[in-house]
Amino acid sequence: MDFSLSKKHILLQELFRKFAVNEVKPIAAEVDEKEEFPYATAEKLAKYGFLGIPYPHEFGGGAADNLAYAMCVEEISKVCGATGVIVSAHTSLCAEPIYENGTSYQKEKYLTKLASGQWIGAFALTEAGAGTDAAMQQTTAVADGDNYILNGTKIFITNAEAAHVYIIIAMTDKSKGTRGCSAFIVEKDMPGFSVGKQEKKMGIRGSATCELIMEDCIVPKANLLGKEGQGFKIAMKTLDGGRIGIASQALGIAQGAIDITVDYVKERKQFGRRISQFQNTQFQLADMQTTVDAARLLTYRAAFLKDRGENYSKHAAMAKLFASEAASDITRRCLQLHGGYGYIREYAIERMMRDAKITEIYEGTSEVQKMVIAASMGVN
Amino acid sequence: MKIFVCIKQVPDTNEVKLNPETGTLIRDGVPSIINPDDLCGIEAALSIKDQCGAHVSVITMGPPQADVALREALAMGCDEAFLVSDRVFGGADTWATSKTLAGALQMLGYDLIITGRQAIDGDTAQVGPQIAEHLGIPQVTYAEEITMEPGQDAMVVKRQYEDRYQMIKIKLPALVTVLSSLNTPRYMSVGGVVGAYDDKAVRVLTYEDIQDFVAQKDIGLKGSPTRVKKSFTKTAKAKGTLHEVPDDDAVRIIIDKLKEKYVL
Repeated sequence: MDFSLSKKHILLQELFRKFAVNEVKPIAAEVDEKEEFPYATAEKLAKYGFLGIPYPHEFGGGAADNLAYAMCVEEISKVCGATGVIVSAHTSLCAEPIYENGTSYQKEKYLTKLASGQWIGAFALTEAGAGTDAAMQQTTAVADGDNYILNGTKIFITNAEAAHVYIIIAMTDKSKGTRGCSAFIVEKDMPGFSVGKQEKKMGIRGSATCELIMEDCIVPKANLLGKEGQGFKIAMKTLDGGRIGIASQALGIAQGAIDITVDYVKERKQFGRRISQFQNTQFQLADMQTTVDAARLLTYRAAFLKDRGENYSKHAAMAKLFASEAASDITRRCLQLHGGYGYIREYAIERMMRDAKITEIYEGTSEVQKMVIAASMGVN
Repeated sequence: MKIFVCIKQVPDTNEVKLNPETGTLIRDGVPSIINPDDLCGIEAALSIKDQCGAHVSVITMGPPQADVALREALAMGCDEAFLVSDRVFGGADTWATSKTLAGALQMLGYDLIITGRQAIDGDTAQVGPQIAEHLGIPQVTYAEEITMEPGQDAMVVKRQYEDRYQMIKIKLPALVTVLSSLNTPRYMSVGGVVGAYDDKAVRVLTYEDIQDFVAQKDIGLKGSPTRVKKSFTKTAKAKGTLHEVPDDDAVRIIIDKLKEKYVL
């Protein structure tokens, strides 16, 4: 067993870190404050190959792996959780299912644009009545000649406003339940497709979360991803991979919070001493760093298993459960160490605390992760 | 056109610490980086490649650990990398280093050589100009702007002085040393890093490889005429005196002090 990173991964980590500190961190507060998708950052992410990390060169990707991808989301999320999830949703939830299930036509047409970052991608499963109970899909897709006609509304879609292409789950046969779900690749310009209002969120406010509305939306049959009836399976598998991304995002937010708190406690003086000299501060931070290291090991293990082609569903669920709860807890405790200043928007810690909470909710709540883990243990 | 960029791997710190007993650099725990001026040299070469097409190689003399600096250069877009590394090169001063690098460059062939102005650890700014002297080619130091002439047989270099600059037209082959104000180095790319490890190789050149181009007497410690008398870390000077007084009194105090020190 070897816990060391390869030289290649160390150099990639350095690249991600430099980029995050120089290009993402300086505008993180502004992105949050204005609740605007950072289009200029997205262009830079594309330029340096951050939007197709694990995909082969032939599709415009970086030909690295899922571990490198996880490290990228981690480093970016250390300074900006919103930018972290932009990369994660784009890669794990849109490029990945096309890479895994797409026809050569679909890969040629869509994966190359996504992996090279020319296009941003998104994924739409959630509906007003289908959250954790994702099987309650109301969006329908009816075959009509060479096309499918889609009708329905998706909500809470990350990257929605900025995306050029969406993976949309819809029912092709309601009588079959989850086996009647199918997945479609939908372009934003297809007739009958529109992006609805942008949600006002507590955190990750730059990630442009919107509704998607399909009113007699015409999607060519060539854009059916996988076969009819495989949509739910594709969605669940996609979310397994997505959890590595969100675990990495949570891990990054938590580590970023610790990093700025360590700097703060070494500066801040109370009772004639730096507050880092108080044992409470030391023990708190020691506990937090230990937890984050554990989260990192879980997350990297899940990515490693995915790279090896092994089953990683349970491991991704564990990583996401542990890292996201760690992120919420740690950002809250780090804010407490900042005292009153931590509650002021001038300090990044309050944004990190707001950004952290969502990691316990999206791409499967903590409770869903526990269902996945328990099921893998035969406890059902 | 063949462009070579000479780089140096240096400790990432503005405060180089020295071992007071041996006078050598303490490198433990200090991460290594590509010398900042050299990074701008890489960017300058890659910009020329983007604009006119060129084959860009990067070369360094150093221990095997310098491999990572070369990989970084490959990941930025350089085409080839050479590590001049051999125990017999150890202990080289700027003279022996420039002799060795000039030998390697002569063997490899070049149209343009770019180096950083100076390294943040040694601050000598000697190796670049010395290489040009050994090779007998023209050089322009402190380049702030480089414009390739049509035909690619010459270029115009804006050479920075403290209070002015010169525009110098120089024929190739030539050597240019660049300032960090020349450009902002690009990042590596993900595909670049992967390629730097999976598709490209760092070619190691030992003394045996370049012996026809550099004499044994000119390499390593024996080939180094420089003798370091003493190296030490500067200690902080005495704490100043703080006067909280009105402006007029402050001026008087400063003038008295300067007179006392014979500055005025």
